Order: sequence, then C-alpha cells, then structure tokens
Amino acid sequence: MEWDFIVKELIPALNRGVANTFLLIIPSASIGLCVGVLVGTVRTFGHPLLKRIGDGYAALFRGTPLVIQLFVLYFGLPNLGIYLEPYVAAVVGFILCTGAYQSEYVRGALLSIRRGQMLATQALGFSTFQSLVWIIVPQALRRALPGCGNEIIYLIKYSSLAYIITFIELTGEGKILATRHFRFTEVFLSIGIYYLIMVTAADFGLKKLEKKLYIPGFGRG
Amino acid sequence: MFETFQVLRDSFPYLLQGAGVTALAVAGAMAFGFLIGIHIAVFQVYGPWWLRRMVGAYVWFFRGVPILVLLFLFYFGLFSLIGINLSALTSVILVLGMTSGAYQSQIYRGAIQSLSYGQLKAARALGMSDTRAIVSIILPQALRLSIPGFSNEYSIILKDSALAFVLGTTEIMARTHFVASRTYQHLPLYLMAALLYFILTGIGVKMLRKLEEKVRIPGYSHHQG
Amino acid sequence: MTNPEPRPVLQVRNISKKLGGKQILQGVSFELRKRELKVLIGPSGGGKSTLLQCINFLIPPDEGEIFLKGQEIHIHRKRDLYAYRQKVGMIFQDFNLFDHLNALDNVSIALRKVKKMTKTAARDRAVVELERVGIGDKAELYPSQLSGGQKQRVSIARALAMDPEVMLLDEPTSALDPELIGEVLTVIRNLAQDGMTMIMATHQIGFIRALADEILFMQEGKIIEQGTPFDLLMPGKNSRTQAFCSKLQELSEEPDI
Repeated sequence: MEWDFIVKELIPALNRGVANTFLLIIPSASIGLCVGVLVGTVRTFGHPLLKRIGDGYAALFRGTPLVIQLFVLYFGLPNLGIYLEPYVAAVVGFILCTGAYQSEYVRGALLSIRRGQMLATQALGFSTFQSLVWIIVPQALRRALPGCGNEIIYLIKYSSLAYIITFIELTGEGKILATRHFRFTEVFLSIGIYYLIMVTAADFGLKKLEKKLYIPGFGRG
Repeated sequence: MFETFQVLRDSFPYLLQGAGVTALAVAGAMAFGFLIGIHIAVFQVYGPWWLRRMVGAYVWFFRGVPILVLLFLFYFGLFSLIGINLSALTSVILVLGMTSGAYQSQIYRGAIQSLSYGQLKAARALGMSDTRAIVSIILPQALRLSIPGFSNEYSIILKDSALAFVLGTTEIMARTHFVASRTYQHLPLYLMAALLYFILTGIGVKMLRKLEEKVRIPGYSHHQG
Repeated sequence: MTNPEPRPVLQVRNISKKLGGKQILQGVSFELRKRELKVLIGPSGGGKSTLLQCINFLIPPDEGEIFLKGQEIHIHRKRDLYAYRQKVGMIFQDFNLFDHLNALDNVSIALRKVKKMTKTAARDRAVVELERVGIGDKAELYPSQLSGGQKQRVSIARALAMDPEVMLLDEPTSALDPELIGEVLTVIRNLAQDGMTMIMATHQIGFIRALADEILFMQEGKIIEQGTPFDLLMPGKNSRTQAFCSKLQELSEEPDI
C-alpha cells in the first residue's frame, strides 16, 4: 500500500463520498422519524380506517427489501411517467422505509404506557391534547428512544444502497476507486472504518442522550 | 396491459427458481450465523475477559459495517487475498452468516442472561462440568426463549440477501433486474419480486412459530424468564 | 367529628351504568354536604369504584345527573368538564403517579399546565402540599424510589394542590402493605378534621367508626343501606352493614389509627 495512493486519492474520494452520505442520512433520519411518530400515533389512537392504512404501510415497507423499494422508485416509476433524480429517489425511499420501522417503535412505546396515566391526567382536568403533550408523549419517547436510535444506526449503514441507484456516496466513491485501481481490500476496509466511526459516534451520542433522559425505574419496558 | 401480463407470466417460473436460490442463501447464512452466534454468546457470558474482548470486537465490526461493503470486501478482497476462490453464492452465505452471527449472538446472550444463576449452580451441584451444564441445562432453555428473536433475524437476513445480486448471484433480485432491463416492465416485475419476498417472510415466520409451539414447555415463557 | 353545613356541595342523582352487558350501577343517588365525609362499603363488584369514576366522568354514566354547588355538569361541554374535574380530586387505588416525573413535578405539573401557574408559584405550592402530607423531604425522588404509602401520599398532595371542592377516594389503602396503611389513613384523617368534603370507598372499619359522617352500603349497583356509624355499626343493630363488617374483621386484624 503506497502512501501516495492513500493521501492523494483514497482519502479525498472517501471524504467526498461521506459528505454525500451525510446529505442522505440527515434529511432521511429526521423526516423519517417525524413520519414514524405521526404514523405510530395514528396506528395507536387513530380512526379505524387510518389505522388500517398505517398498518398496511408499515407491513409493506417492513416486509420487503429496501433495495426493491429503491428500484421501484428509481426504475419502476418511469413506467408511469414519473422520473426521480437518484438523490430524490434515495431520500424518498429511505424516509418511507425508516418511517415504517420507526412507527413500530413509537406504537410499541405508546401501547406500553399504563392506562392509569391517562386516567390520572383526566382526573386532574387535563384536556386530551394536554395529557398527550405533557404526560403520554414524553413517556413514550423515552421508551421508544433505544429502538428509534437503533433504527437511525441501521439507516446510516443502509444509506450505502443509494449507490446502487447511481447516487455516488461513500460506498459508490469507494467502488469506483477500487475497480479503477484494483485495490479492493484496502479501499473497502477503509470504507468500513468510515462507517464504523459514524456508527460508533451515533451510538455514543444516543447512549449519552439516553443517560441524560434517564429516570429511575422508568426503563426500556 | 396484456403485454405486462404476458411478461409476468413468462418470467414467473424463472423468478421462482431465484426464490430457491434466495432460500438456499438464507438457510445457509442462518445456520452459519447460528454456529457463530451461539459461541459468541457463551463466550460473552461465561468467557475470560480477553475472549469477551475479542468477540466483542467481532460483534462491533460486523454490526457497524454495511452488508454491501462487507460483500465487496470479502468477495473481491479478503477471500482472494488469503488465496481461496469461492463462488458468489458461497461468499454471500459466508458474509451474511458472519454478520448474522454478530446479531444472533446478542439474541442468545440476552436469553442466557435472563436465566437465573441458580440454574448453573444447581447443575454444578449435581457434578456437571461448566461446559456440560451450558450444553445440557442452559442452552436448551435459552434457545427456546430465542425463537422470537431468531424469527426476526430471519426476516432481516432474507431482505439483506437481496443485495447478493451485486456479486452476480442468481437469486430473486438479480433475475428480476435481468428480465426488467430486457422487457422494460420494471414496475410490475419489481412489485412481483416484492410479493415473493413478502411470501417468503410469511412462510419462514409461520414455520418458526410452529417450532416455538412444538418445543414449548408449559408455564415457561419470556415473561417469567 | 366535623359539623357538615346543610348546603350540598355535590349532588348525585340516579346514576346508572352498564358495562360489558352487565348493569353495574342502578340509579344511585346521594348528596354530599360541605365538610362531610361519606364512606362507601360493600362487597367487591358492588359498583363502588365505578360509581366514583362516574362522578368525575372517567366513566361516563349512561343516565343520571351530577351537580356541583347546584350547577349541573354537562359532559359534552369539554371546557366545563375539564374545569369540573379540576375541582374534584381523585385518589386511585394504585396511585397512578406519573412515572416519568419526580414527586415535586407530579404535584406541580397540573398547576403549571392546566392552571397555568408560573413555575415558581407552582413549585412553592407543591412543596407546601408535600409537607402537608409529611414527605417534604422526598420531593426529588421518582415514583419507583418511593414506598406505596409515600406514593399514595404524593397522589393526595397532587389532588390537594388543585384546591378541590370535593375529593373522591377509591380504596386508597387497599394496594398497600399492612404496615403502610396507617400513614395514609393519618393523612386522610387530618384532611377530614380540616373539613375537606370527601367520599371514600374503604374497608378500614376503625377509621369508618371514628370519622365517617355517613355510611353508604352498596351491593349489586344499589345503595341498600345508609346511616351513621352509630346507626349501622352499634352492637345489636342487626344491619347488613354490621354483618358485612364483622365478617371483614374476622378475616383481618386492622391496624390502629
């Protein structure tokens, strides 16, 4: 392994790639989480018809591979005359997929809140909206945090699929470089290290957040 | 419309053969992952500190790197570096298996830790060695508790196996992509592939639930852990 | 004991409720005058808990009317319903403290979010109430760090902080270990002596004898006997209440209060 290759080619290429990876992860994770909270709440408390739709959405996107979802968006939709940019197709796909998983964690957390909590708010004269905002949701978010955090970590890794629909991010840059120079081991190990750093940092941040929000006796279940 | 129908009908048997390859890859990966996972779990709970460290690093690595990168790394890089020439399908099974092993280990570890320490003590009191106690007393209990987690892991590996097409393995995805690029019927074909995965998930989950019922011991479940 | 005023604070008229195909309440009526303590007793499944939850509409009654200080409460006017519930304190069997808030915030949250008090004012009030129930030193602890008796006292402080006109107590000591019952009953006795208007479901006979102004004996969704402890519990009275209570006493020794 020559020093020149690493400094002049590999690291700049991977840095370029990682910037694009961030462009994928940040909107996908944040909008996906919002979708998850919304859909999860509807699936728990919503109108029966909306509940059905939410359940169907979650089952569909959790039951099929993400790569197919991306292919449908990128290669499939043109059959209907809809053409998406690779970046748009990737972000939309990630949001829909991660939102489905997040909704599952949010729903589980909401269902785990004891019925007495709601009764107590009612007895004190809270409106339904007030009790959701001040009592139920703060409890549910704490319960959902480990699951939702895990899902964000999954998203960091699965953002690598964007390269398959030609949005060149970290994995894509590496693949191009590795193929051109025929140096697979070095390049893919380096990419692996980049992902490990991102995942470990995210994991560390989430643990910190969990610790900060920790309440005695109010654990993961 | 008619053309679409014809393409779907003609390509269905071809895709179904792909489902066979997918099933083979997933079964192989799950089995390999089981072997790795069960050892890691036992090492992590009962092993000496240096062994716990080592398997901890393994889990950290395989849980932190995307499947896609691992597939490229091992198939194009490491396997040929150490001088073995493996088919794409074998590589997929090994890589998915190693990754799944990291995840499966956490399922088994959780189950082992949920058993009371008294189980091990009672086995020792009967004169069993620790290895014997783990194999005959601890694991039969822990594995029963692990079936729901295993079922979850199955559906994840099944979906991950769709990435095998980047190495040219002829499973569902690769075949779908191949037919689609020839017929330009992308949307209907991908939807059909999605349906196949959906069905495969359902079949596997159902079989594992059957298994769970079959090996169930009255009054013994996770809630009483 | 206390000396109730003639004016009723709470009037409950003809409450009926069917749950799961079973008639739980069949036209229950009673009045609660200011400073009065009424006690509900009777076999479990007799409708005591449902009645109490119907009074503040946690369970909406099928029929009947409820008046607070002469004003009828209409459940469909949400704003009125919330205002009414703020004036009616409720104590649950299983406390229902907010699991994610410490004792102080459990007491102050409704003051801040519902009564819109400032943070400091709510905090000061919460401290006063926690001290009143004897756990000022536990303000920073979370529910899981408190004993059952302490939890129930926090829940009483939480209700008191809202300045209720009436308090509903649904077997406040039945989920407690025997040695913790006394501390909660002491708090309730102090409330009664300070003139709080209360209706309470309980089986603590010593407490009832000493403090209740009237006993309502409920069975199969109806009040089948009512009267003062003197009328119903004196030896030789031969009431259903008497029979029920002596059976209870056979089954358990109750702590002195």
